Amino acid sequence: MLKEGQFRNLSGCAISGIFSKDGTAIKGDKIIKSIKIMHDRSNGLGGGFAGYGIYPEYKDNYAFHVFYDSLKSKKECEEFLDRHFEIVNLSKIPTKKVASITDEPLIWRYFVNPLPHKLVDSQLEEREFVCRCVNKVNTFIDGAYIFSSGKNMGVFKAVGYPEDVGEFYRLDEYEGYCWTAHGRYPTNTPGWWGGAHPFALLDYSVVHNGEISSYDANRRYIEMFGYKCNLLTDTEVITYIFDYLLRRKKLTPKESSLVVSAPFWSTIDKLPQNEKEQLTYLRNMFSGLLITGPFSIILGYEGGMMALNDRLKLRSMVVGEKDNMVYIASEESAIRVIEPNLDKIWSPKGGEAVIVELNK
Amino acid sequence: MKIDALELNFHQLNNKIKECQDEKIKIVNCCGHRYLASGSSSKIIEIEGVPGNALGCYLDGSEIFVNNNVQDATGDTMNDGGIYIYGMAGDATGYAMRGGEILIHGDIGYRAGIHMKEYQDKKPVIVVGGTAGSFLGEYQAGGIIVVLGLNCENKIPVGNFCGVGMHGGKIFLRSDVRPKNLSDKVVCKIADEGDLNDIKDIINKFCNIFNESYEQVMSKSFYVITPNSNSPYKQLYTMN
Repeated sequence: MLKEGQFRNLSGCAISGIFSKDGTAIKGDKIIKSIKIMHDRSNGLGGGFAGYGIYPEYKDNYAFHVFYDSLKSKKECEEFLDRHFEIVNLSKIPTKKVASITDEPLIWRYFVNPLPHKLVDSQLEEREFVCRCVNKVNTFIDGAYIFSSGKNMGVFKAVGYPEDVGEFYRLDEYEGYCWTAHGRYPTNTPGWWGGAHPFALLDYSVVHNGEISSYDANRRYIEMFGYKCNLLTDTEVITYIFDYLLRRKKLTPKESSLVVSAPFWSTIDKLPQNEKEQLTYLRNMFSGLLITGPFSIILGYEGGMMALNDRLKLRSMVVGEKDNMVYIASEESAIRVIEPNLDKIWSPKGGEAVIVELNK
Repeated sequence: MKIDALELNFHQLNNKIKECQDEKIKIVNCCGHRYLASGSSSKIIEIEGVPGNALGCYLDGSEIFVNNNVQDATGDTMNDGGIYIYGMAGDATGYAMRGGEILIHGDIGYRAGIHMKEYQDKKPVIVVGGTAGSFLGEYQAGGIIVVLGLNCENKIPVGNFCGVGMHGGKIFLRSDVRPKNLSDKVVCKIADEGDLNDIKDIINKFCNIFNESYEQVMSKSFYVITPNSNSPYKQLYTMN
């Protein structure tokens, strides 16, 4: 089968996110209800969810969610995991038969910790070690794909409409402080299990509506730092860009938003001196990470969520608030369906990041 | 006739509207249903809830009243009739509109009135009570867009790149301050009595529908933006 990037066909998708600032547990069925109302934005070729705070009993272990094409790839991957990690728990991810979800791969979950001597020998910081191992599996083990690798969070995705995907993974049995969701309308690239959103690395996950015109410039830049864009989808590179800027370069989420969705030079020129200096610095320093083309994205990370539009705002996004809850979606209807009485609702401007984090 | 949209998808709801013989229709529990009343010509439709994208697209004479907010592309390519929104509107409202009127009490998103056009007696009008996002009237070729900036904290009630690519029609901004950063392809001046005559009737209607004071609205100065015939788009990109 020709995979992502091997042929080209344009895009429309749906995204939704829910965040509870005081950490109150939100059940997975709520986000399903939200994304379901935007059914017509997707075409059944991809749906997925990311939940944060869903594995409290294993919160100190990395949770790997893995797709296997065959038992052979499973065996090969498990041998690799055994050599590099202590496996605290492993199981099939519980699923339910849903008529519209077919051809599923083997879907396994491992709670792991890096083996101490391997970590010491590698001379790497722990998260960098995990990141490289994930990269290695996804690049070199044919038919194995670690699509979720953070702590106390997990990605669930498949080919199908998002509401069916949510039912397939029994998301009503999970609860967490943050959920993001995606309904896919793949038009650039074919729909396959690995190509569904969210795309995740460590605790960073991205759901994306749009199409990146700067994809190849971004890919070439980010691959200089060891990332491998082996799924050849535009969204994958956004995840790596945020991992690079937030984890490795230690930028704040706000600063990272000014890199990927930087204002025009003509807008920067008219700003006060200190803002102008900051924006000029960020644009010059990370010029290869400016993302152009239409997008609205929701980035999930440990303890937070950030929504961002391209600077021209070529995709829709609305934000609603009610007490401690924050809702973000492609359409207002997807918020109203789960919270009809909002305290506030607004549309962020192009390039204006909306960042919500757990109350300290 | 009252239609409950709760259990209906957009296709079923639109069919019910089309089949309905009554002139007046009220839709309740609307949530994200797209293309409502598309192409419709002789109805008065009231909507409770949030209708989906492209509300009243190709509208041809009907009137639609929405008690809440609307999403994107409201009145896409509408030809005649009116859409009256008590809340706010999303992006690309009045996209390629060619007749009729859209009145919004609240704010409006990006690219309102993009590609709006006029021909003979067909003159589309959009009035925004609040503020408008960037690219207002992008590529505007005709018709009138008015932004009132009521209860607006910003001095200028519009975002960046207003009237970019404009080559027809008029944009009115109610503001004490001249909008900044306009392209040299448009001219901007304080509206005189002649200009204001173009919008008095529609503002009166706006004030009546949304219960605003006409005197208060008209008490502030308006800037009017029109294409600059001394600086045409000649050879903007390439010789040809």
